[in-house]
Amino acid sequence: MAKELLSGNEAIARGAWEAGITFASAYPGTPSTEILENIIRYKDDIYSQWGANEKTAMEEALGASFTGARALVAMKHVGLNVAADPLFSASYIGVTGALVIISADDPGMHSSQNEQDNRHYAIAAKMPVLEPSDSQEAKDMVLEAVKISETFDTPVMIRMTTRTSHSRSAVELGGRQTPPVPEYKSDFAKRNLLPGNARKRHAVVEERLKKLAVFSDSFAYNTIIKGKERVGVLASGVSYQYGREVFPDAWFLKLALPYPFPVKLFQRFAAMVDKIYVLEENDPIIETFARLAAPQKEIVGKEVFPLQGELSQDVVRASLGLKDMTLRHAGEGVPGRPPSLCAGCPHTAFFYNLGVLKVQSKGDIGCYTLGALRPLSAMDTCVDMGASITVQLGIEKALEKAGKTNPQVAVIGDSTFFHSGITGLIDVIYNQGKSTVVILDNSITAMTGHQENPGSGRTLMGQPVRQIDILKLVRDGLGLEHAYEVDGYEVKAIRELLKREMARPEPSVIVIRRPCVLLYRKAKWSPMVVDKEKCTRCKTCLRLGCPAISTDVDGKSLINVSLCTGCGVCAQVCPYKAISYADEKGLHIGAMTLESFAKGGGK
Amino acid sequence: MTTQSILICGVGGQGILTASDLLSDVLLQAGYQVKKSEVHGMSQRGGDVISTVRYGDQVFSPLPALKETHYILAFEKLEALRNINYLSEKGIVLVNDFEWQPLPVAAGFEKYPQDVVAQLQKLSGELVLIPATRLAAELGNDKASNVVLIGLLASRMDIDKKIWLEVIHRKVPPRFLDLNLKAFESGYGFKP
Repeated sequence: MAKELLSGNEAIARGAWEAGITFASAYPGTPSTEILENIIRYKDDIYSQWGANEKTAMEEALGASFTGARALVAMKHVGLNVAADPLFSASYIGVTGALVIISADDPGMHSSQNEQDNRHYAIAAKMPVLEPSDSQEAKDMVLEAVKISETFDTPVMIRMTTRTSHSRSAVELGGRQTPPVPEYKSDFAKRNLLPGNARKRHAVVEERLKKLAVFSDSFAYNTIIKGKERVGVLASGVSYQYGREVFPDAWFLKLALPYPFPVKLFQRFAAMVDKIYVLEENDPIIETFARLAAPQKEIVGKEVFPLQGELSQDVVRASLGLKDMTLRHAGEGVPGRPPSLCAGCPHTAFFYNLGVLKVQSKGDIGCYTLGALRPLSAMDTCVDMGASITVQLGIEKALEKAGKTNPQVAVIGDSTFFHSGITGLIDVIYNQGKSTVVILDNSITAMTGHQENPGSGRTLMGQPVRQIDILKLVRDGLGLEHAYEVDGYEVKAIRELLKREMARPEPSVIVIRRPCVLLYRKAKWSPMVVDKEKCTRCKTCLRLGCPAISTDVDGKSLINVSLCTGCGVCAQVCPYKAISYADEKGLHIGAMTLESFAKGGGK
Repeated sequence: MTTQSILICGVGGQGILTASDLLSDVLLQAGYQVKKSEVHGMSQRGGDVISTVRYGDQVFSPLPALKETHYILAFEKLEALRNINYLSEKGIVLVNDFEWQPLPVAAGFEKYPQDVVAQLQKLSGELVLIPATRLAAELGNDKASNVVLIGLLASRMDIDKKIWLEVIHRKVPPRFLDLNLKAFESGYGFKP
């Protein structure tokens, strides 16, 4: 069989294809995004789509399963919070075709607001969870999940982590199973969770868990690896790999199916050793089950190994005092390199204006969260997807009750607005909020690497569709009187609109529209240039936080020609008119819409 | 063979993940077990990026360990220093002689250290500086600096050059092939 180096996410996609899955949906979120992006490789065999959010994506996958089709839904760990409602119902209902739920957790919070351990969800929703330790297992687990799902009539969760999703290792490729032929057959007692039906389904779920516990004891991927010493390591996920490096002579019990916990298998394993180390990322889940299953055994777990962050062979060694972790270079004098908005980003002018107006926006989740970082420093809250608008309404109403006014600005991106911002805006309109909601519409889900959304004009599978126009949606659909649109590069126009709408004692929406700069690919832009005679070193342009702008040896502003896109925002903010186009007639992004750029013409 | 580690680091957009993919594929073709880890997400927006490749007879962890990495291949000088603690005592640092100011430096909040090369010299078993960005620019596209650096790494590793060339031929799109082959040779033949 051919072997290929695949990332965990690519391996999940491959597994979906091999397992005869024909429906896949997701909402993008790091580290899960590439699963669906790779599933489109198999678009002749698998229908795939982005949902507006994780909840819609999961319900759509469940609907597909109702027809007997095999379905997969993928999301990041916090996305499962959004999809928690259908998750619990899906467990009671069970499946017809397999339903595989991928939760990509983010220990270490590489790009997330928390590091919740979603194995808790599997336990709470009473469904099995699989944890691959490398790419081969990631692929294998999809095939196993499909089998388990259809054998036990249950949705199955696969818990990936940033490390398993984004590491590459060799995977043996196999052929595709023949997918079942879908057909919708009504099953009222199973799928309509009226209380009378749901009570009966709960009994089914409890019986199912008992059978799954027996299965877990004999599941081939829950493996004992013989050792030379009477020391044992119980591990799940990528932690197993770290354990193998640290304990070359120990016995291992590797759990690919940590829940339901294989009690008998673990007890057999425990009998071989005198002491057991438990390696797992985040919470002590298999550790808790292990302590219950072998109360007399010496077990070393989270009292030694950290609850926070990723594990690694270093972290395991350091926790046990096995490695001198003294650093040769303490890191002093090494400036950080935080991510920033791109040169030419259409969000920059808006955040710059907030700084001028001395307003801290209530923020949301996307590229624009980087507006919180210096020098822009214009966002003081970021809670979860969609929370900008709602948090702002809460602040406003609480202050209002105390007779205080405090003009607020909520800022949210297009994809996040479709995801869960729109319901918040409905709250604002219904409850007569007075705040200003700014929707930064760059027509793509940019932060996770450019996934299509309802405003993009095409689907995941590349089909052109009508764009949902956010301005029309809020003005004509929600009947919001004060809804306006402005170009992201128009510094003054944005500022005037902001001032006017913040002062207005009514709800208003400003849609700042300009496609993501990275969508205008492969252009030789004519850059901006600084007139050194006119530059006074006032550093106003540096307050934009544009990566193309720095200073020269004299402290005067300097524009990096290879990064600059000629958006012209810096020229607009320069009080001394020291910045201009290097070539007036050249190609400037600011003078182009995406459509005109694609056609090779001007505005 | 015990597990060997190579750490590739630089700034988002410099082609680090492409380089580590290429390296991983070469090692797989050379008959090793290979594991690669990479950093995604926020780092793609001008932040620092690390990718590590581990190879040997049997590789478990995809992550490098402090003080155990054999090569650091740095696409930017400051990034070499940021990751220097991963280097083993006799480890080799191959670094692009290229400075890219982080935003806090450009915006005047922090200073770019002036003695990066001296510090690297002190902390590495061997240091090789290569003007990869300039060499790639001379070949027509500074974006090919990643393959110049891969060429330099290839010249230091005990793997048949034919495998490197075969993988480049297979992985690089035809219109960039000539540029990348030249970039590889320019790094492979580089004399400090």
